[in-house]
Amino acid sequence: MFTFFSYIAAGTAVTIAVTLVALPMGLVFGLVFALLYIYGGPLLSALMKVYSTMMRGVPPVVLLFILYFIMSGAINLSPFWAGSLSLGIISSAYQMEIFRGSIQSVGSGQMVAARAIGMSRIRAIRYIILPQALRYAIPPWSNEASTVLKDSSLVYALGVAEILRRAQLLSASTQQPFLAYGSAAFIYFVLVFFTNRMLDLLEQKTRLPTHL
Amino acid sequence: MDQPILVIKDLTKRYGENVIFNEISMTVNEGDTIVIIGPSGTGKSTLLRCINLLTRADEGQIWLSGEEITAPKHNEDHVRQHVGMVFQNFLLFNHLTALDNVMIGLTKVKGLHKDAAKTKALQELDRVGLADRAGHYPGQLSGGQQQRVAIARALAMDPYIMLFDEPTSALDPELIGEVLQVMEQLARDRMTMLVVTHEMGFAREVADRIVFLEKGHIVEEGAPDDLFYRPKFERTREFLWKISELYGKKDAGQEGGAKP
Repeated sequence: MFTFFSYIAAGTAVTIAVTLVALPMGLVFGLVFALLYIYGGPLLSALMKVYSTMMRGVPPVVLLFILYFIMSGAINLSPFWAGSLSLGIISSAYQMEIFRGSIQSVGSGQMVAARAIGMSRIRAIRYIILPQALRYAIPPWSNEASTVLKDSSLVYALGVAEILRRAQLLSASTQQPFLAYGSAAFIYFVLVFFTNRMLDLLEQKTRLPTHL
Repeated sequence: MDQPILVIKDLTKRYGENVIFNEISMTVNEGDTIVIIGPSGTGKSTLLRCINLLTRADEGQIWLSGEEITAPKHNEDHVRQHVGMVFQNFLLFNHLTALDNVMIGLTKVKGLHKDAAKTKALQELDRVGLADRAGHYPGQLSGGQQQRVAIARALAMDPYIMLFDEPTSALDPELIGEVLQVMEQLARDRMTMLVVTHEMGFAREVADRIVFLEKGHIVEEGAPDDLFYRPKFERTREFLWKISELYGKKDAGQEGGAKP
């Protein structure tokens, strides 16, 4: 029984590793794309819109296969890296929408006031817009974090030995599917639960005081 | 003292077919307080925004402290450092304390060292009577306090001129006084100010000159007493009378405590 569970749990490290590659990658690209969308002029804006619409219009698992075959064909990447990077690219489209929304939630007056004291646009974005926008982004980003964590299970289709892949193998070899997938579900739940808790704490910590 | 700090010549602004104002010329001398009055939609705010280049005028020229700021390729950010702007809705940076709101222009625009910026910012907060609120966030301040912080933020940049765009219009009546007081003190300190307002009491007491703007051009301008008691145009008298009556009513309501 213990070895049964520990076999699945060993996949946890892989799941976390996939998430730790995909989520920050999606964050960096998503934020840059959102900034290009809003401040990049009509051409870049249109380009970003197309990117986001396409990426979000196709099921992640389909994109994963497409990106995987592009990547493994062009450069010799291991399934782990190809899968993680693909998930990062997919997530960047969703995160772009999160940051776009949160940046646009910051009143336009904030930019005007920043420019009025002589700040350049770049500095205004860096010191005035983003610190506020990122606060607004935490709740939807928390949602995306749990999505990526759960979608990391898709890389099992590429043969990466993460939680779901191991559960499937155990289910087949032990004929105890409920136990195998139940254990996997439990581990995912714990991971998502604590991720969201940490982001809740971050949200509370960065919340701006109001009223007296 | 009577050096012109701001010269506006034949300034025109259009939005498409719509002429906001047409060939406006104006000179503001150092230390002057000029009050611009006029019905809404006559281009008062747009005029102010053209002066600090937040909006580009279509024609005409503006000189600030002898430099033509409407010249092509003139550095906008540099101009705005020297033109303080106070907005109707305060527009404090919501994620920063009062102190940081005043400091950020000093550190991130002027490149001052943090300690020097803090000293200067505290002086400016003290000037508007809010040194004890330095650590408060905008969300923790009343409208009047927020506007005073906004004034301190603009003053900290040591501007050649301060532009006020209806600074008290968004305030509850009982909060207007504290903001006007700060502005009156600035005028006494001979800060050069261009003020768009409907506060006729302020205009009458503090302004060196009142400019009556309507439908995109200057109807009449002159000393407060001339405009109030000896206006050249009937329209000026009519407008001043109407606005003063409104203002007077607000005062009466306040004293009687009729308004909650």
